[in-house]
Amino acid sequence: MGEVMPDWLERRAVVAALLEERGEMLVVTGLGSPSYDVMAAGDHPLNYYLCAAMGSAATVGLGLALAQPARQVLVITGDGEMLMGLGALATIGVQRPANLAIAVLNNGHFGETGMQASHAGLGVHLHGVAAACGFATAVEITDMAGLDGFRAGLAARDGTKFASIAVQANEPQRVLPPRDGVAIKNRFRAELGFAPI
Amino acid sequence: MADPQTSAAGSWRQAVFDTLKAQDVRHIAYVPDAGHAVAIRMAQADPAMRAVVLTTEEEGIGYLAGAWLGGQRGALLLQSSGVGNCINTLALAACGRFPLLMVVTMRGDWAEFNPWQNPMGQATEPALNLMGVRTWRADRAEDVAPLLHGAASMAFNGDTACAVLLGQRLIGEKQWVK
Repeated sequence: MGEVMPDWLERRAVVAALLEERGEMLVVTGLGSPSYDVMAAGDHPLNYYLCAAMGSAATVGLGLALAQPARQVLVITGDGEMLMGLGALATIGVQRPANLAIAVLNNGHFGETGMQASHAGLGVHLHGVAAACGFATAVEITDMAGLDGFRAGLAARDGTKFASIAVQANEPQRVLPPRDGVAIKNRFRAELGFAPI
Repeated sequence: MADPQTSAAGSWRQAVFDTLKAQDVRHIAYVPDAGHAVAIRMAQADPAMRAVVLTTEEEGIGYLAGAWLGGQRGALLLQSSGVGNCINTLALAACGRFPLLMVVTMRGDWAEFNPWQNPMGQATEPALNLMGVRTWRADRAEDVAPLLHGAASMAFNGDTACAVLLGQRLIGEKQWVK
């Protein structure tokens, strides 16, 4: 492992496609590159960008999905971030909110720290873990047709979904999201109609 | 041992749930502990509550932040050893200034039989304080409801991370040889 796999998908194109016509969807991003990818697709008041608390993207998505059952929630994170919160897949597998989807941009590497190979790049199948935890959908996506199918299923809110999306191990130019966690929290809640304290 | 739901010494266990309910807590995220058994059972039985079992305590910090983004209140029930698992993730509560209400059953602070509980139990309160979590200790049954009420008020009305520590004297000496 370690080489760029040219047939794999380009992460910015993947995220742009996932967020196309997003409507009222709520989006949570894991720290690092997935946050830059979501920001590059366009800042939005219904994005919550995590900049630390590695491993928490999926659990933030779970709490949000259970509090807002009428909205689709999409967690966009990386394989390293997901690996740190692997137990969260079991926790989600017990609750199984129909409006929660997790998209892992899986490049098989820890991209922020020097592109060391991750467990996902060394043979661990994250979608297999999600399937074993009871996700209604748990797939590996390696082409844009597969991605279109996954995205089309989001609007239905008909089951907990997980996709491991094979992306190239490259580093597009960083597009930093706002790092003021309080401001983006208040912006997010205001968009849902909740006043600050 | 008397049934903790009916004995006088167990009434604080009921008070934990009642106080959370009165504060409109809708989500109980927990890693089980015997001291929280009543609140967990009551949350599971309450159709207005979501009881969420976690594999490790820091999941609760993300979970409750998500619930708050979605407009709802929750609380994290855990044992003092689990506070150690939460340390790095407490950055989420600090940087997002999320309300966080933790109810911690203590080990390693009174009549502890298992010395392996002592290091984390004895570091629990300073560790929480170092990470910006306000703490209150309840060692008497009559203190549980008012301290938890106060902590919940400051958490939800002040976007603050607050923890109530339920002392081992309150919970009772664990019987190791039954």
